[in-house]
Amino acid sequence: MSCDSWTQKLDAYIDGELPVAEARALNEHLKQCASCGAEGLLRVQQKRMVQAAAFRFKPEAAFRARIQKQIATRKRFGWGPRWFPVVATLAAVLLVGTFAFTFHRGRRSEQPLLSELVDQHVATLASANPVDVISTDRHTVKPWFAGKIPFTFNLPELQNTPFTLVGGRVAYLRQSPGAELIFRVRQHQISVFIFQEQGLPGTHEDRSPETSLSFETRSWQHNGLRYFMISDAGAADLNQLSQLIKDAG
Amino acid sequence: MPLFDRLYNFAHWLTQDRAEAEDLVQETYAKALKGFRSFQQGTNFRAWIYQILRNTFLTSRTGLKSAISVSLDEEAPPENLPVASGTPESILLQRSDQELVQRALEKLAVPYREVLLLCEFEEMSYQEISSTLAVPIGTVMSRLSRARRALRDTLQEMQRN
Repeated sequence: MSCDSWTQKLDAYIDGELPVAEARALNEHLKQCASCGAEGLLRVQQKRMVQAAAFRFKPEAAFRARIQKQIATRKRFGWGPRWFPVVATLAAVLLVGTFAFTFHRGRRSEQPLLSELVDQHVATLASANPVDVISTDRHTVKPWFAGKIPFTFNLPELQNTPFTLVGGRVAYLRQSPGAELIFRVRQHQISVFIFQEQGLPGTHEDRSPETSLSFETRSWQHNGLRYFMISDAGAADLNQLSQLIKDAG
Repeated sequence: MPLFDRLYNFAHWLTQDRAEAEDLVQETYAKALKGFRSFQQGTNFRAWIYQILRNTFLTSRTGLKSAISVSLDEEAPPENLPVASGTPESILLQRSDQELVQRALEKLAVPYREVLLLCEFEEMSYQEISSTLAVPIGTVMSRLSRARRALRDTLQEMQRN
C-alpha cells in the first residue's frame, strides 16, 4: 500500500475510529516509514494543541446563577396550579391502584396454593433443565414417577391434538410430593400439577377458570387427586387440555 | 447542571461574543427542558443537547451569516493533507502557543471550527458528531480532514508573519 493510502487513514487512526486490524497494520507502517511517522506525529500534536486551547471561555457566575434559577423556576412551575388536574388524576390513579393491589393481595391470600404453584410454573419456565424426565411418550413419563410419588395417574393420548408432552418432574406442595407435567401448545408451556387431595387445604370443589398474575389457571379434583393447570396459553387451549386429562383419568 | 461549562464554551466559540453565547445557552436549556419528552431514553443525551444548541445557533443572526459565508464542497472525496515538507519541529509545534491556536481557530469557518471542537475538545466519536450535526459519517470525516488542513494552513501562515 502506498504512503498516500496510509496517510488517508491517519485521521481515523488518531481519532481511534479505525478498525483494530487496520490500526495494527498502520501502526506497523508508521514504525517503518519516517515520512508517514512524522506526519502522524504532527497530526497528533495538532490534535493535542486544539484540545488544550479549546477550553477558553468560562461562563460568568451571574449567568450561571440565572440559568440555575431558570431551571428551578421551571421545576416549581411543574407542580403549580396549571398542573393540578394532572396531579389530581395521578393521585386518583395511585389511590385506585393501591386499593386494587390490596384487594388483589387479599384474593391471592385466599388461594395461596395456586400462587405457590404459579411460582413453581415460572421457575420451571426459567429453568435450564425444566424437566427431569424428557419424553413425549406418556408410557415413559408415567412409569418414571413410580416410586417417586405416592400415587399414580393417567395421561391422555395426545395424537391429533395441538398438544405435546414435554416431560415431567417431581414437585412439592405443603411438604407432599406430586407430579408436574409439562405440555407444549405452539410456543406456550402448560404445567399440570397433580397432588393428593388429602392434606391440601381448601374446598374440594372445582375452581372456575381464573387468572393469577395474568396466567390462566384451572383446578379440579378427580379420584382423590387435585389437578392444577397453569399457563400463559389461551383459555380455549386450557379447556381442551383439561378435558383431555379429565377424560383419561 | 450537566454540561453547562462545556456548552457555554462551545456556544462562545460559535458566536464569538459573550452576550450572544449566553442567550444561546439560555435558549438551549429552555428548549431542552421543554422538549425533554422528545429525548429518547437510551440515546445519546450529549449529542441531543449539542444538536439543540447548534440548531438554535444556525437560526440566529450570526448563525445564518456563518452558514452562507462558506461553501464546503462536502461531496468531493477528502483530499489528503500534504505531507509536511520539513520535519514536524520546523513547522508549528516548536512554539506550543495556545493563544496562537486560539486565534487560528477563530479564523476558521464555523463548520470547520465546530467539527474540530466536537472531535478534539468534546472528544465525540464520529457517530456522535454525525448525530449532532445531522450529516452522514462520511461527511464528518471529510469535513474533519478539511478542517484540520485549514487549521494547519492558518497556523503556518500566522507563523510566517
